[in-house]
Amino acid sequence: MSYTQIALLSFILAIGFDLRITKIQLISRKVFWTSYAVVLPFQLVTNWWLTSRNIVMYKADTIIGLRIASAPVEDLFFGFSLLLSVLSLWVYFGKKN
Amino acid sequence: MLKWSYMAMLAFTILGSFWLEIVLQVRVLARLKRVVMSIAPIALLFICWDAFAISRGHWYFDSKKILGIFGPFNIPLEEFLFFFIIPIAGIMTIEAVRKVKKHWVVGDEK
Repeated sequence: MSYTQIALLSFILAIGFDLRITKIQLISRKVFWTSYAVVLPFQLVTNWWLTSRNIVMYKADTIIGLRIASAPVEDLFFGFSLLLSVLSLWVYFGKKN
Repeated sequence: MLKWSYMAMLAFTILGSFWLEIVLQVRVLARLKRVVMSIAPIALLFICWDAFAISRGHWYFDSKKILGIFGPFNIPLEEFLFFFIIPIAGIMTIEAVRKVKKHWVVGDEK
């Protein structure tokens, strides 16, 4: 599997996790999208740092090649999946207690 | 100094988010058990992904720009820290939004 395929899979799994496993459905909340809007510029800046300075590099045949702020577009799916799944679980444990 | 390149990004993330703990009183670090429970299972999955990606060469690191400390599966220390620091910053962000927008539903209200 390429990075592109895994990134898309993680995106689908994270949404499924939020909707069906934790059942928090954070993806339908304004609070989530506002948080994402705050996080995104920071992701772009930190990603730009890591990729433009060649701290992290990517094999060409594992990404589609579209880059945003020097980083592969796949990184945005990676970041979204990480954020959504953690926040969904965070709210889930908050609800449980 | 060059070997601190990746660590600098993590430090920037901490600087950019952890002040919320003091200024907005988001009480995320104060709920450490819930933080660990929320992050650990997800971080584990992402570390597996990282291990696979590194083994396949999907991504690789300039050895001059990381500290050179490696954990299991050839994963640099910075990557392990990444999967905890970034989620903590994310949790602090949603809690900060909650503080500012008190009437917005999060889903764990009592």
